[in-house]
Amino acid sequence: MAYAFDFASVLEYREVLVDGTLKTLALTAIGTVLGLAVGILGAVSRAWKLAPFDRLFAVYVEAIRNTPFLVQLFFIFFGLPSLGVQINEWQAAILAVVVNLGAYTTEIIRAGIEATPKGQIEAAQSLAMGRAQIFRHVVLPPALLKVWPAICSQVVIVMLGTSVCSQIAAEELTFAANFIQSRNFRAFETYFVVTAIYFLLAIAVRQVLIQAGQRLIARRTK
Amino acid sequence: MNDISTWDIARNLLDGALWTIGLSLTAFVLGGIAGLLLLFARIARNPLARRLAQGYIEVFQGTPLLMQLFIIFFGGSLIGLEISPWLAAAIGLTLFTSAYLGEIWRGCVESIPKGQWEASASLALTHVEQMRYVILPQALRIAIAPTVGFSVQVVKGTAVTSIIGFVELTKTGSMLANATYQPFLVFGFVALGYFALCYPLSAYSRILERKIHGSRAH
Repeated sequence: MAYAFDFASVLEYREVLVDGTLKTLALTAIGTVLGLAVGILGAVSRAWKLAPFDRLFAVYVEAIRNTPFLVQLFFIFFGLPSLGVQINEWQAAILAVVVNLGAYTTEIIRAGIEATPKGQIEAAQSLAMGRAQIFRHVVLPPALLKVWPAICSQVVIVMLGTSVCSQIAAEELTFAANFIQSRNFRAFETYFVVTAIYFLLAIAVRQVLIQAGQRLIARRTK
Repeated sequence: MNDISTWDIARNLLDGALWTIGLSLTAFVLGGIAGLLLLFARIARNPLARRLAQGYIEVFQGTPLLMQLFIIFFGGSLIGLEISPWLAAAIGLTLFTSAYLGEIWRGCVESIPKGQWEASASLALTHVEQMRYVILPQALRIAIAPTVGFSVQVVKGTAVTSIIGFVELTKTGSMLANATYQPFLVFGFVALGYFALCYPLSAYSRILERKIHGSRAH
């Protein structure tokens, strides 16, 4: 007795799928922008040994990179309220993504900053540029350009990782899948379709980021 | 409710951590074997084998681990197999691990200079002999550091299996947090548990990396 696949029963819920996809993308986009900001701060603190921030970021990076994203999410969503910080599921999800991506991009961007040739900084100093100016105009753009592919990979990994945010009831794509399969009782077909959506998202997000990044940063390095 | 002491929490979490370790080891060993097969397919002369291996790697690296687990869990029951959370977790993490290890190792093999292939070919070694005596021994040396580094991802990946009901460290933590109303304490302990497992691996991988780069400078 063969099982009759029924993918039509999944597509009946396409509005739910579209909504979940958009929320996953929005979560990724917000998380990426803020996470990169944290990463740049962390990277310059670590690369230029700005005490005491270099030590703080070192501890932060190790703590985040050696614990699972799901546990970080639970710690933020369930743990913080018991300290009196009220936080809803989206705030928790965004915070978790930013904290997680910030740690990884700190290490990635640091590698880019440390690869800056010494002569470039000396040349900038001889032009009487201040430390902040040197960082903003001389060090950061080429450093970002150099490590941009690694950043794109990390963003994709984080986006796929956000699927566990369904566990704190953030209504992203995996939550949509859980909702649909609880209605149409077609678990396999539903998860298959949603997995395919994630796969396409991963390819698309990577392409868009690589194109946009190269263009945006390349313009500034000229 | 308050008769669950901090000691009880720690002891239960320790039990959960054992399952995390067991699953990590299973996935790493089986995933390593499958990853080796993938590596050979990926660098085979046969273009179909190469293409299939590449497709496999892209799919497993391009989709969430949670979705892979769901599909195995529900797909198994579809073809009439009763799959326990433990089995689904072991299969899912093994496939996930094999895709990453296969790709990491391919990078190592391809980083061996072409001259090594040419030199060994000029000594009339066959493809298999070239691999066995010239390429793999050198690739292995480079591969150790990133392989140990990736083992951290496997340990962290096991946390996701709590969602399909496998009772490891994270799931134990969730149940304890519900029972004790002390999520901050419990998830703090859970995070510490993962850190205790992962940090030594990360640190070791860094030491290995430095060693290789150091010896190459000579």
